Amino acid sequence: MAEALAPQVAPECTQLAVPGMHCAGCMSKVESALAQVPGVLSARVNLTSRTVTVTHDEVVPVRTLTQALGGIGFEAQPRRNDSANAPSAVRPLLAPLAVAAFAAMNVMLLSVSVWSGAEGSTREMFHWLSALIALPAIAFAGRPFFSSAWRAVRRGTTNMDVPISIGVIVASGLSLYEVVTAGRHAWFDGALMLLTFLLAGRVLDAMMRDRARAGVDVLLSQAAQGATIVHGDGTVAWLEAERLEPGMVMRVAAGERLAADGEVVRGGSRFDQSILTGESAPVNVAVGETALAGMLNLSSPIDIRVSHAGRDTTLAEIARLMEASTQNRSRYVRIADRAARLYAPAVHTLAAITVAGWLVAGASLYEALVIGVAVLIITCPCALGLAVPVAQVVASGSLMRAGIMVKDGTALERLAGIDRALLDKTGTLTLGRPVPDDVALKSLEAKERSIALALASHSSHPLSRGLAKALAAMSTEAAPIREVQERPGIGVFAQYHGQDVALSRPEGGGGSAVALSIGAAPVRLITFADALRPDAVEALDRLHRMGVICTILSGDKEEAVGMIASDLRLAAEAEVDPATKQAIVGLERDAGHSVLMVGDGLNDGPALAAADASMAPGSSTDVGLQAADMVFVQDSLLSIPRAVCASRRTMTVVKQNFTLAIAYNVLAVPLAVFGFVTPLVAAIAMSASSLLVVANSLRLVRAAR
Amino acid sequence: MNGLLILVPIALLLGLAGLAAFFWALRSGQFDDPAGAASRILIDEDDDDGDGS
Repeated sequence: MAEALAPQVAPECTQLAVPGMHCAGCMSKVESALAQVPGVLSARVNLTSRTVTVTHDEVVPVRTLTQALGGIGFEAQPRRNDSANAPSAVRPLLAPLAVAAFAAMNVMLLSVSVWSGAEGSTREMFHWLSALIALPAIAFAGRPFFSSAWRAVRRGTTNMDVPISIGVIVASGLSLYEVVTAGRHAWFDGALMLLTFLLAGRVLDAMMRDRARAGVDVLLSQAAQGATIVHGDGTVAWLEAERLEPGMVMRVAAGERLAADGEVVRGGSRFDQSILTGESAPVNVAVGETALAGMLNLSSPIDIRVSHAGRDTTLAEIARLMEASTQNRSRYVRIADRAARLYAPAVHTLAAITVAGWLVAGASLYEALVIGVAVLIITCPCALGLAVPVAQVVASGSLMRAGIMVKDGTALERLAGIDRALLDKTGTLTLGRPVPDDVALKSLEAKERSIALALASHSSHPLSRGLAKALAAMSTEAAPIREVQERPGIGVFAQYHGQDVALSRPEGGGGSAVALSIGAAPVRLITFADALRPDAVEALDRLHRMGVICTILSGDKEEAVGMIASDLRLAAEAEVDPATKQAIVGLERDAGHSVLMVGDGLNDGPALAAADASMAPGSSTDVGLQAADMVFVQDSLLSIPRAVCASRRTMTVVKQNFTLAIAYNVLAVPLAVFGFVTPLVAAIAMSASSLLVVANSLRLVRAAR
Repeated sequence: MNGLLILVPIALLLGLAGLAAFFWALRSGQFDDPAGAASRILIDEDDDDGDGS
């Protein structure tokens, strides 16, 4: 049908991220708004990933689509291809899980009949039926384990999948032999049950990570993805970041982020470069000076000639630094695999000794092999395979409800071991937005406050917004002012009962303060500071009690860092650049410490990637969000000790799980070695130990409290 | 014994039918957007342009 009706122009698909959608109403608004754009063939929302897929003619520019959504109040960004949502890990596991569960149930049904006394030809028929169902099912559902095990073996290592695969394959092989020779015992049910349990654990694990990633994706992509270009003839056009080239002139409005490095050719403005350097005070940039991609234009529109674009920007340089240090971390060996390294050889040696022992004791080769295989089957690490993933899934779920998203399962393991925390200042210890000084506000008279609120509410400058928010919180009412005029970079001016009133940059241009002048009255100065996050003191105190030594690591000026450091009684390193931050992390690690890095900016990216574990606040830059293992979305800094505490409790439970699994083996193995294990015993032992492990892990439901 | 000859194949067939239905659902994208599917029933679509068909 589609081919017959297809227009001459091939339809194209565009994916837009629309973080603001969260209900049925939003979905239908978004879909119908997009459907009304000329050239759009269809639009379909995916609420799970907060994206909308638009099929349109090639001629419809993406910007038209985002504007259409902007018109109805939804912020939208085209999904970039590089972050091209690594495909969900759940989908490829669902089919194997369904097959394994189906086969396990049916084979179990047949097995129960055999256990309850089916004899002779009935037993044979049931065994054949079991084999018919089980063999293809095992071949299909076991693939995730077989391929992972094969990869490990080829590299000369072992992981948890190796003993699992050997157990399953050996059990199937022996059962097939028993079926063909009309033997008494078939183990298909055990093998399938094992696969079902393990696949269920992995599906849950993958689901949890998908949800965390979706949560982070929603926060992502706030950086400028393009710029308005002024052509030689004066016309302007919007161009995506990838298509910017050196020599172009981009016009950057107040409140926009730069998409490329360049030199200011017209106008002058103040820039917030905290993302790049961590420095909180805005810097003045005049004609002839350079501005870097990622900086935020604060006051007035300026023109900038692009000098470096795309992969050549300072921003991209930092990204490369990060990539290099990420490889560092991938050498981490998961605790499950470390356990497998001890477990697999032990079990396989034990099986070999059993066979040898029975041969020496005079059993036939067939009998000895059957018992050896039974040892392998009963020790097949069902509980061991569930011990880690189930605990992590439950703990991550609990953390997610507390506003902490765990992007990587091993992050909990790594976080549990930390004994050093390096914290960035701007945006991490502090909120990253200016808040007016409380004392200065309280010293103002009520009239002055109401005029200040009226003036501040007319500007979108960060200081004005901070002031307006604080005044509104003090339940101030705005005074009636007229003839309001905002002069970019200077201040807001107006008339109040015939008097000139103004909220302006103070004389001498100090970084974080505004001057309030009313008529001829003396000017009142309101200073601003980047306030500490709520509960910062308590959070650091808790970390200290957990034995984690904290240090501030900031790119900001010595004085600014010193003040916060003395407030919090922490050691601090000021004026460190991204590479130095990374080097400091490296030094701590070389000294044998496990390091947690908490940071938000681009300048923290390399350090986040290099540390043993890393966290970022939800207000971070893309780089921070992508590099961090965990993202916390609440303002409170208590999220950090909470995550550390939850991860330690998770590891305690994981270790208990291992103990349970090993205790089960200690009980079951002697039975197997002395030849008492039948498929019935194996099935009961396996499911009992698995359920015990799952039940123990469920205790983590409240881990993040 | 005769009962088994009928009942066992029936049980297997029913199970297989369920499995096939699940695979069909998986392949036709029914598990792509569970949250969206749950919300979509709440939309009143009088002017449905039939993008679902």
